[in-house]
Amino acid sequence: MEAPKKPLSCTGNTALTDEQLVELYRFLKITRMFDEKTVRLKKQSKLTGGVFTSLGQEATAVGTAYALEPQDFIAPLIRDIGACFVKRIEPREIFLQYFGRGTAASRATDVQFHFADIEKGFVGPISHLGDMIPVMAGILLASRMRGENRVAAAYLGEGATSTGTFHEGVNFAAVRKLPLITIVENNGYAYSTPTNMQCAADSFVDKALGYGIKGLKVDGNDVVACYEVMKEAVEHAREGKGSVLIEAMTYRRKGHAEHDNQAYVPEGEIEWWAEHNDPIKRFELFLENRSVLSGKEMDAIADDIKDFLDREADAAESEPLPEPQSAGREVFDNSVVPPAVRKDVLKR
Amino acid sequence: MTKETSSTLLEAIKQGIREEMEKDDSVFVIGEDVGRYGGAFKVTEGFLDAFGPDRVVDTPISEAAIVGAACGAALLGMKPVAEFQFIDFISNGFDMLTNYAAKSRYRGCGSIGAVFRGPCGSGVRGGPFHSLNAESFFLNTAGLKMVEPSTAYDAKGLIKSAIHDPDPVLFFEHKKLYRLPRLKEELPEEDYRVPIGKARVARGGKDLSIITFGAQTLNALDAAEKLEQEDGVSVEVMDLRTLAPLDREAILVTVKKTNRVLILHESSITGGIGGEISAIIAEEAFEWLDAPVIRLASIDSPVPFAPQLEDYYLPNLDDIVDACRKLAAY
Repeated sequence: MEAPKKPLSCTGNTALTDEQLVELYRFLKITRMFDEKTVRLKKQSKLTGGVFTSLGQEATAVGTAYALEPQDFIAPLIRDIGACFVKRIEPREIFLQYFGRGTAASRATDVQFHFADIEKGFVGPISHLGDMIPVMAGILLASRMRGENRVAAAYLGEGATSTGTFHEGVNFAAVRKLPLITIVENNGYAYSTPTNMQCAADSFVDKALGYGIKGLKVDGNDVVACYEVMKEAVEHAREGKGSVLIEAMTYRRKGHAEHDNQAYVPEGEIEWWAEHNDPIKRFELFLENRSVLSGKEMDAIADDIKDFLDREADAAESEPLPEPQSAGREVFDNSVVPPAVRKDVLKR
Repeated sequence: MTKETSSTLLEAIKQGIREEMEKDDSVFVIGEDVGRYGGAFKVTEGFLDAFGPDRVVDTPISEAAIVGAACGAALLGMKPVAEFQFIDFISNGFDMLTNYAAKSRYRGCGSIGAVFRGPCGSGVRGGPFHSLNAESFFLNTAGLKMVEPSTAYDAKGLIKSAIHDPDPVLFFEHKKLYRLPRLKEELPEEDYRVPIGKARVARGGKDLSIITFGAQTLNALDAAEKLEQEDGVSVEVMDLRTLAPLDREAILVTVKKTNRVLILHESSITGGIGGEISAIIAEEAFEWLDAPVIRLASIDSPVPFAPQLEDYYLPNLDDIVDACRKLAAY
C-alpha cells in the first residue's frame, strides 16, 4: 500500500464550534488512553477476563455518538467504548466492571461494559452479535407508544451483519419505520476472518437498499465526517423517515482481544494504518491546521486525562470484591423469588 | 348445561390480556398476524380495532425480532405480551430468550417484565413442527418463569399474573384445550389473579399422587375417576400450573400425603421435567416413599404426524391407569 500524497486530515466541511471540536478531541483521547490503561492493567494481572480495544477505530464511535441528543439511545459493541464516554458513562464504571468489583453496575456478574444505564440512554451489549438490534427496535417501539421522539444507534462490526438477528432486527425496524441507525463498522476483520470471507457484496452499505432504508457510507477514521454523516442520519430518523444504515470504513489495528497475535494479517498492513491513517493523528493535524489546539495544548489535555484515568482506576480498584453468595441474587426479583443458594449437602 | 356466558380456555386468555390492556396503556401485544387477522388461533381477535396498530404490533416472520423488541420495550417499563404462532417457533427466539431476556436483570441491565406466549402441545395431528412442548428446553435456564394452565379460570388468572410479573414469563397454552367444551366455565366477574409459583390440587386423594400439568391433567383426572370406580383407589391429581420455579413445597406435601407418585408429562421422557421432579422427591422425601417413583411421558422421538404414530408416542389413559395400579400394588 502506498502512502497518501499528503498526510490525511479530517473534512473541513463542518459547523462544529471550536469548543465542540476540543470536546471531541477529549473523547477521542480518553477512548485511546482508557484502552492503553486497561492493557497495562491486564499485563499487571490486575484485570480478570479479556481486554478488547478499539485502537485505530475510535473516531467512528466517538464521532457518531456525538451527533445524538441526551434522550437518544446507544447500543455499543466491544469497539465502541468511545460512544459510552460520549453518553457520559464514567471510566470508573467500566473499570469497576473490568476489576470485577461487587459495586460494579452488573454486581460483577458480567464483563467490560456489559451493563446498562437506561437513564443515560446506554443499553449495554451481550456477546451474541446482532442481538441488540431487535432490542433497540423494542426500545424505539416503546418510545413511539409514549409519544417520545427518540433515536437509537446500534453499533456492530461488519462480521455481525452475517447474523440472523441483524437481519431480523434491521428488517423489523425498517418495516415499522423506526428511527434506528445501524452503524456497521467495517474494520477489515471479524476475529481472523477478513471482510471478503464475511460477505460477497462489495459494500455493506448496499444492504440498506435491500431493506428499503437510507444507506450512508463514511470514512470511519475521520471523526468530523463521522459526526456529520450521523447528523444527517439522526435528522432523517427523527423526522420520521425511517431507519438508516451507515457503513464506516475503518481498520482494527489490534487483534480480536489482547491474546490474538494477528498472524493472519498481511505483513505491513497494521503498520501502514498506524502511520498513515490513524484517526487521532488525523484529527490532531486538523486541529492544528485550524488553530483550534496547539501541540502543547493537546499534550496538556493528554496529561489531564492520564491523571483522571489513574484516579478513576484507583478508585475502582479500591472497591470491595463481590460476596460469593451474591451469585444467586437477582436471577429474579428477589421480593418475589428468593435468591438461588448453594445447599450445604451435609445438612440436607 | 354450559351457559352462554361461560368461557373456553382460549377466551379466558383473551379476556385476561384484553382487560389488562384496557386498564394499563403500557400493556401491548406483538407477534405475527396478531393484528387484522387476530392471531393464528384468534387470541387477539378484535384487539387491533380496540387498541390500534401501535399497541397491536404485527411483525414480519422474525421470532428473534419479536422477542428482542419485547425485551427492549420492557426495559422502558412497558408490559409486552409477545405471541409465538406455535410454540415450536420459540426455537427461533431461543437465543434472545435465554441470553437476553433471562440474564438482563442478573447482569444489571434492567428487568424484563414480558410475557412470551403461544400454543403448545401434542395430540392434534400437528406433526413434528406444530406439536411441541418446550418446557424442558428452558428448565435449565435460570431467569425464565414458565406457566401452563389447564383450566379457563387459571388461564385468565395466570395470564394476568404473567403480565404483571417483574420477570420474563413463558406462557404455554395447550392448543388441545383452547376450545375444549369440557373446560368451559363461568369466570368471576371481578378481577382476579392466580399466583405464579403455586401448584393446585385438581383432585384430592389419599392412595397415590399424579403430578402433572397442561392437557395431561385431564387424562390424570379421567384415570383417577376410573381407578376410584374400578379399583376403589383414591388418586390425588396435582396440576403444577407453574413449571419454573417449581412449587417444591406442594410437590413434597402430596408425596408425604400419599407416599406413591406418578409423574406424567407430554414431552419426551429423557431430560423432561419429570426427571427434575423425580430428583426433588428422591432428595427430599425418599423416606416417605412406599414405592419407586414412576415417570410416564412421551417416547424419545419427534412428535409424529399420523394418528397411529402420535397415539403411540403419547402417554394414554390406559398407560396412566396401569402405572397407577402398579404403584398401588407395590
